[in-house]
Amino acid sequence: MDLNQLLAIKEKELASRKPYTLRVCTAAGCLSAGSDQVKKQLERAVAEAGLSEQVEVRCVGCLRLCCQGPLVHVDPVNELYQKVGPETAPALLERVRGGAPPLEKGDLQHPFFTRQFSIVLANSGVVDPERIESYIAADGYRALHDAVIEMEPREVIQAVMASGLRGRGGAGFPTGLKWSTVAKSGGARKYVVCNADEGDPGAFMDRSVLESDPHSVLEGMAIAAYAVGAEQGFIYVRAEYPLAIRRLRMAIEQARRLGILGSGIFGSPLNFNVELRIGAGAFVCGEETALMASIEGRRGTPRPRPPFPAESGLWGCPTLINNVETFANVPAILRNGAEWFASIGTEKSKGTKVFALAGRVKNTGLIEVPMGTTLRTIVEEMGGGAPGGARIKAVQTGGPSGGCVPAELMDVEVDYESLTRLGSIMGSGGMIVMDETTDMVDVARFFMEFCKDESCGKCIPCRAGTVQMYGLLTKILEGRATARDLATLEELCDMVKHTSLCGLGQTAPNPVLSTLRFFRHEYERRLRPERHVASAVQPVTG
Amino acid sequence: MAALTLTIDGKPVSAPAGTTVLEAAQDAGIRIPTLCHLEGVYDVGACRLCLVEVAGSNKLLPACTTQIAEGMEVWTDTDRLRKYRRMTLELLFAERNHVCSVCVSNGNCELQALAWEAGMDHVRYPYQHPQLEVDQTHPLFGMDHNRCILCTRCVRVCWHIEGAGTKNVAGRGADCRIITDLNQPWGESDSCTNCGKCVMACPTGALYYKGVTTGEMVRDRSKLEFIVTAREQKQWIA
Repeated sequence: MDLNQLLAIKEKELASRKPYTLRVCTAAGCLSAGSDQVKKQLERAVAEAGLSEQVEVRCVGCLRLCCQGPLVHVDPVNELYQKVGPETAPALLERVRGGAPPLEKGDLQHPFFTRQFSIVLANSGVVDPERIESYIAADGYRALHDAVIEMEPREVIQAVMASGLRGRGGAGFPTGLKWSTVAKSGGARKYVVCNADEGDPGAFMDRSVLESDPHSVLEGMAIAAYAVGAEQGFIYVRAEYPLAIRRLRMAIEQARRLGILGSGIFGSPLNFNVELRIGAGAFVCGEETALMASIEGRRGTPRPRPPFPAESGLWGCPTLINNVETFANVPAILRNGAEWFASIGTEKSKGTKVFALAGRVKNTGLIEVPMGTTLRTIVEEMGGGAPGGARIKAVQTGGPSGGCVPAELMDVEVDYESLTRLGSIMGSGGMIVMDETTDMVDVARFFMEFCKDESCGKCIPCRAGTVQMYGLLTKILEGRATARDLATLEELCDMVKHTSLCGLGQTAPNPVLSTLRFFRHEYERRLRPERHVASAVQPVTG
Repeated sequence: MAALTLTIDGKPVSAPAGTTVLEAAQDAGIRIPTLCHLEGVYDVGACRLCLVEVAGSNKLLPACTTQIAEGMEVWTDTDRLRKYRRMTLELLFAERNHVCSVCVSNGNCELQALAWEAGMDHVRYPYQHPQLEVDQTHPLFGMDHNRCILCTRCVRVCWHIEGAGTKNVAGRGADCRIITDLNQPWGESDSCTNCGKCVMACPTGALYYKGVTTGEMVRDRSKLEFIVTAREQKQWIA
């Protein structure tokens, strides 16, 4: 494979385009609403109507507005049709004939769409995730070619560093710095690992990226491999994402067949292969040291750091671990330049962030916004507020490691530092909106139950502490607790946060601490008076 | 190897590079409480009792897996650490059914000794009282899960000193259990060599010789150290 062959594939693909394209979302959300049948019926209707030369029915990834699926986007008229059923789908051909189909039309001028800025999701909903040619037609693998042919590994790292890209898994470590640490670590063998073990309740960004545009992640990984000097990559993806796994397998196979993965990529000295590793359902395996243990075939439990994976990772070799969204940003950075990327976002948080907008909000789905967009814009403008006009109470970000931002502080700009200041975290991108019917103690207990069940059991504070905190939260929720129980809870939160071995335990108290910080009254109004105080003031009679 | 100097609890200490904070402290006669640490096997940093404060670090670091650095300032016995240690011990006592008065290790138990040392005269958290099994199927040894603290010492000696790989951990969180082979009764294990190293390693009364009764279970840790020293340094020092 060389540049001419790559361009030839692109030309051929573009030449085969037809006047009309019906893009049918076949990511998991729409698929579960029956979009595969929609696609089948559309294809049949096109064939029956003899429109095969005019109309292409294309499987694409996520079209964003998940709550209105199945979604079909019609090009070139640029119209989105929602809640398309298998029976009603053939009516879409009316549009091709110049009529108006009797189907619910989505408002593409709504802020939900206009406020989005797509870098990671640029191909999502556009390319066919199951065909590499479709990705190449969208300039796919061009960045990899240019990197390995025209740039030194050092220059690639400099570009990533200059872009200001930070890890999208949650902690926001500068990606370029991580790459450079791995590149400088000695050792003949190095690894690149993609963390696709997305596990936060309500989060589905990485799944959508993998289902919609798996090649962009592969391309990002291959560029990283070139930059740090690795020859083997692993994608650790959870077994609960069968479609993502299937499409990744397909993508790896297609890339290998074209010589884009394998030996001597694009005629350069770069050899790079990618293997999948399927997680068995443990949340803690999203923690990098546990993830590596799991890849090695051992029990997925974390170990103390240092040494960090960049120094001693898989089988003791220097290992680069980034998450799905981080890798998916890389090809665009190299294609458009680091300055372009650095011009988007805030001073310290560059680029965009993908969020899975869910909960008590009208428009649920996948959004990608520039860093620095306010929570209010996301929730009220894009999300359309709570259904039924209810008052929004809080927004939960960062899953079980994050916290709740109260409605009155929703003018905060979404970036790593601002959210941390509010006691929450950016996290991987789960965003759950809560309205006034939500009980904050119940929310805290839900997340504590999650952490209790997902604790690996290795260190005592997390294993036994989450059990006790869950018990105390239940006691408070049921109105059996006293002020002393609340004090015990706060003391345990502090202890578990500061003594646990890994991020799971260290952040497990966050949902409690953040709800205590902003909604303390909801805890206090449930407390009952201390029994011994009550008996002490009671006069002794008889 | 270059020697580094540091201070532990204000006391100047020197030790070779590569030494852990725990080793440096022990060498200088400073006691740091430990539970999952065992001489002879690698450390896992799981019990969190050996956490120390290091000036310049906002995180508490496990002494057993943290290597010393030049000029490091370590504090091992601050009010905060004492409080956390006591809470950790309380959490352990509340987690399973630790009843010293009927335990084979009463008086010879590391957990009991640490609780005594920490001044833990009562437990403030509700006891979980889990229903747990006692495995008496092995001809020589018994395993009482009620007294297990999941320190994984038995697992580590089984894999890395004996090389049998019989013991392992199954489940997660509070449901973690030490298992033998594929979670079958110990007596039916094909891989167990009956060496008894796990019993020697156990800090509580979870693993014991059959036939011992309350307070009779005394362990000889020097045998483990003897084997490791012999193997690694080719020295037969009893």
